[in-house]
Amino acid sequence: MIKWIFGVMIIISAILGAVNGNMSEVSSASLNSCVEAVELCIYLAGGMCMWGGVMRVAEKSGITDALAKLFKPFLKHLFKGLDTSGKAFHAICMNITANLLGLGNAATPLGLEAMKRLEEEEGENEITSRNMVLFVVLNTASITLIPTTAASLRLKHGSVAPMEILPCVLITSACALLAGLVTAVVFDKGERK
Amino acid sequence: MSNYIIPFFIALIMIIGLVKKVDVFSEFTDGAKENLKAAVSVLPALVALMTAIGMFKASGALEFISLAISPLTSFLGFPEECIPLAIIRPVSGSGALAVFESILTDVSPDSFAGRVASVIIGSTETTFYTIAVYYGITKVKKTRQALPASLAADFTGFVISALTVRIILG
Repeated sequence: MIKWIFGVMIIISAILGAVNGNMSEVSSASLNSCVEAVELCIYLAGGMCMWGGVMRVAEKSGITDALAKLFKPFLKHLFKGLDTSGKAFHAICMNITANLLGLGNAATPLGLEAMKRLEEEEGENEITSRNMVLFVVLNTASITLIPTTAASLRLKHGSVAPMEILPCVLITSACALLAGLVTAVVFDKGERK
Repeated sequence: MSNYIIPFFIALIMIIGLVKKVDVFSEFTDGAKENLKAAVSVLPALVALMTAIGMFKASGALEFISLAISPLTSFLGFPEECIPLAIIRPVSGSGALAVFESILTDVSPDSFAGRVASVIIGSTETTFYTIAVYYGITKVKKTRQALPASLAADFTGFVISALTVRIILG
């Protein structure tokens, strides 16, 4: 899937760039984007080190155990066959906590930790596991409770009620997440038959 | 408010750690060391994805797509101003914020399009980036339904955002 999107995006860019006369922009984008990627990686590495450290302390202090117990009733039905006392489940719970609190910068490093541990517990494979898909979908559909970024930009542009969007955001997030998870599960069942 | 959450969140973990006699410094550095290696392993996927996205944005493909799908969006009652936002949202987080800013500059944040754009920013994520980075850290090559399911979530989010704004905020 990704290989097609990656290839087709580059091919389309070259063709459309030529048609639209944007070739100099496309050319510089192709050379500069890799530098941006390295910058982003360094930025991400800082966050991953910091939150990996915090995560380790939380684990040794029994905090992730407590969180896992809290989320277990909701998540054990979703992540089938995953050991709820294992490190992967703990990292998933920390990631969801960060997401709910709106800590996007913390959620990504903790999410990567969870993916790494899912792979450790479920075995390395070239084909994704069902639990990995569900976890990724959970993270691509935003589960933030308070839309701080949107609200602050609304305020900056003179909105009289920046937070009025909250109920719409919550309903939309819930519907989107549900659609994603249902698609993932239905697809999973369809392929196994 | 959000300025308080992270410092207190980390401080709380440190307090509990110290109370439970955990060597918080050496555990922290151990955890950090492990993730440093992991961070480097994401780089190849990031370079690939960001090169493709950078070229795609520069080529004018986004404008082309918004023109192509405008009949569908008007059928769904989705505001025309928000089409570029919906297209860039799954692909680029910083790009989406830039488009959001320009929408709020063109129309009032309290207009229909302004509200729908706000709900989209608040309720969706940068799908491609998330999938590439999350799977980039694993050995997985076939992501199966991860992308279609995530895009189904995004699409649902766009449709529902216009619907909820119309119903709830009138």
